[in-house]
Amino acid sequence: MARSVTSQRKLINTGLAWLIGLIIFFPILWTILTSFKTEAQAINDPPIFLFFDWTLENYAIVQERSDYMRFLWNSVIIAGVSTLLGVMIAVPAAWSMAFVPSKRTKDILLWMLSTKMLPAVGVLYPIYLIFIELGILDTRVGLIVVLMLVNLPIIVWMLYTYFKEIPGEILEAARMDGASLRSEILYVLTPMAVPGIASTLLLNFILAWNEAFWTLNLTAANAAPLTAFIASYSSPEGLFYAKLSAASTMAIAPILILGWFSQKQLVRGLTFGAVK
Amino acid sequence: MSTKRMLLGATAGLGLVVGLASAVAAQDTTLTIATVNNGDMIRMQGYTDDFTAETGIAVEWVTLEENVLRQRVTTDITTNGGQFDIMTIGMYETPIWGANGWLVPLDDLSAEYNAADILPAMAGGLSHDGTLYAAPFYGESSMIMYRTDLMEAAGLEMPASPTWDFIAEAAAAMTDRDADINGVCLRGKAGWGEGGAFITAMSNSFGARWFDEDWNAQFDTEAWANTVNFFKNMMDASGPAGYATNGFNENLSLFNQGKCGMWIDATVAASFVTGADSTVADSVGFALAPNNGLGKNANWLWAWALAIPAGTQQADAAKQFIEWATGTDYIEMVAANEGWANVPPGARTSLYENPNYMAVPFAQMTLDSILSADPTNPTVDPVPYVGVQFAAIPEFAGIASEVSQEFSAAYAGQQTVEEALAKAQAITTEAMEAAGY
Repeated sequence: MARSVTSQRKLINTGLAWLIGLIIFFPILWTILTSFKTEAQAINDPPIFLFFDWTLENYAIVQERSDYMRFLWNSVIIAGVSTLLGVMIAVPAAWSMAFVPSKRTKDILLWMLSTKMLPAVGVLYPIYLIFIELGILDTRVGLIVVLMLVNLPIIVWMLYTYFKEIPGEILEAARMDGASLRSEILYVLTPMAVPGIASTLLLNFILAWNEAFWTLNLTAANAAPLTAFIASYSSPEGLFYAKLSAASTMAIAPILILGWFSQKQLVRGLTFGAVK
Repeated sequence: MSTKRMLLGATAGLGLVVGLASAVAAQDTTLTIATVNNGDMIRMQGYTDDFTAETGIAVEWVTLEENVLRQRVTTDITTNGGQFDIMTIGMYETPIWGANGWLVPLDDLSAEYNAADILPAMAGGLSHDGTLYAAPFYGESSMIMYRTDLMEAAGLEMPASPTWDFIAEAAAAMTDRDADINGVCLRGKAGWGEGGAFITAMSNSFGARWFDEDWNAQFDTEAWANTVNFFKNMMDASGPAGYATNGFNENLSLFNQGKCGMWIDATVAASFVTGADSTVADSVGFALAPNNGLGKNANWLWAWALAIPAGTQQADAAKQFIEWATGTDYIEMVAANEGWANVPPGARTSLYENPNYMAVPFAQMTLDSILSADPTNPTVDPVPYVGVQFAAIPEFAGIASEVSQEFSAAYAGQQTVEEALAKAQAITTEAMEAAGY
């Protein structure tokens, strides 16, 4: 029998959820608000919340100073292709771990995830030297490869979790009907896992979009994505807070819009199997 | 249904992006320049088209935050990555990188450029063994910026070259907690270029030094204890709340809002505190950084300079750009378009012989401050290193970052000054021994 929830408790829960949501969203809201202030208003103490002379001046300056579209295009290509490539590699890997596990499968999964704990700066020089040798410094190809590798453990882990939810008997039936391994993965497993693959794609696209260490260190003028665009407005000597906020807002806007459209998939993806 | 909605949104977003994306025209010779984000550098970027029109050489800018830029260009130059044709570096990196052969010597600049016009203090700090390795775009020292109205209200008069005791006394007199006015605002933020730079420059005026002639750490000396205790006591009494985390920007913000009686910081800040964003622009005075009667003022010396990494394939074009950006014609172009107060300061002697520039309120004090800093003889006792607010050795940045963290923790009350100094001594001794000194 389902537990009854009183309307008062519902109200408290809703209020709490809104409060937590607002606290989490506040830095983004503050960045957006600051982007419409003058530099003097941006640093005012006490801070000004809503009642200031709204201006688009910062956006005009950022637009004039930087080639925003070039940074944006690089971000789209690098985040998009690295995520797609990662999923293409991870689907067969996750399939084998979910449906033909060995006794070391769990250890391999954990080991893959543990590579995320390695401080990136520890391998900066080796990777930089490899990139010089291969001639892929400051290229989209180089960043696609690195970001794909960086996010691969998460992609494999997420897909593995989804695939584990799919009954193995269905795949077995497909095999008995004569499906090859390729057909089994492409035409039976993948369609059933579309929601899971979609949320994996989305989450990893966001991770790749936001990645700042490699994208700053392996690029110069050609392949720099929006993370470099933001970094160009940060300064320890001079007040650029309003302009920095305008640049940040422009950098996060596409991903915010994408996140808005896909919030259900994201939540579903992140909570999948959580109550098992 | 929701999946469809998501895919529709994603496709629409991507379509919009693809539709708006524009191609970038290719140029025959393109220089890639790594630089910092500050007012003078951004202004120079705005004039790049003039350079391209004059020479046919295109320029791509990679602008990064100062610390990110340091890491980025250091990685590139140590691996001979060749990503940049020109790098914006400072007085700390230039002699070290020049000694390592990582930079192209700038000993063959044209006669019209007149390299002899570079201020000797700047040329000295950007050279190794007498060879110039980076051309200064602008130079700075540090000085006192103070509120003339508050000083007058306190019944005091700022001397041209005040002592630390006077500063502490004036700070106490100007502090009005009810009116949210702090007598003095100084950098306490961790980081060798933030609070670390300030306390090192201050320590020089107290007769302290980082190392003795045999590279032994000196934090266990009375001079260092006096420096850090004086700083903490004065800031606790007259500084803003949370000063342990304040850097240049935080103090600039406080000063511009009328919440600081005095601010001792980079001379480039003079144009900010007298500019349009300042609420106290009409009542700002300038004085030399304080001293302790030992013959040394607490001011630093720094330059942002343009250097050519040895790995570039376009050294000639890079030299052309450097001559354009750091030459006298550029200064005159900026002055003609934006006024003399906005030209890059502190790099050329001729700028300080120009009566138009000397009419700018902070010009003379900036020059006096720069001239009073001596990188080869920064403190009272002799030292084995070059640099005023740093020691130009590769190990310094790492050591000083850690040491300044200990000092910031002491400012914040998380440990005593004595504990911070003891840790600083241990950190420095260990790192220097490990480095083979």
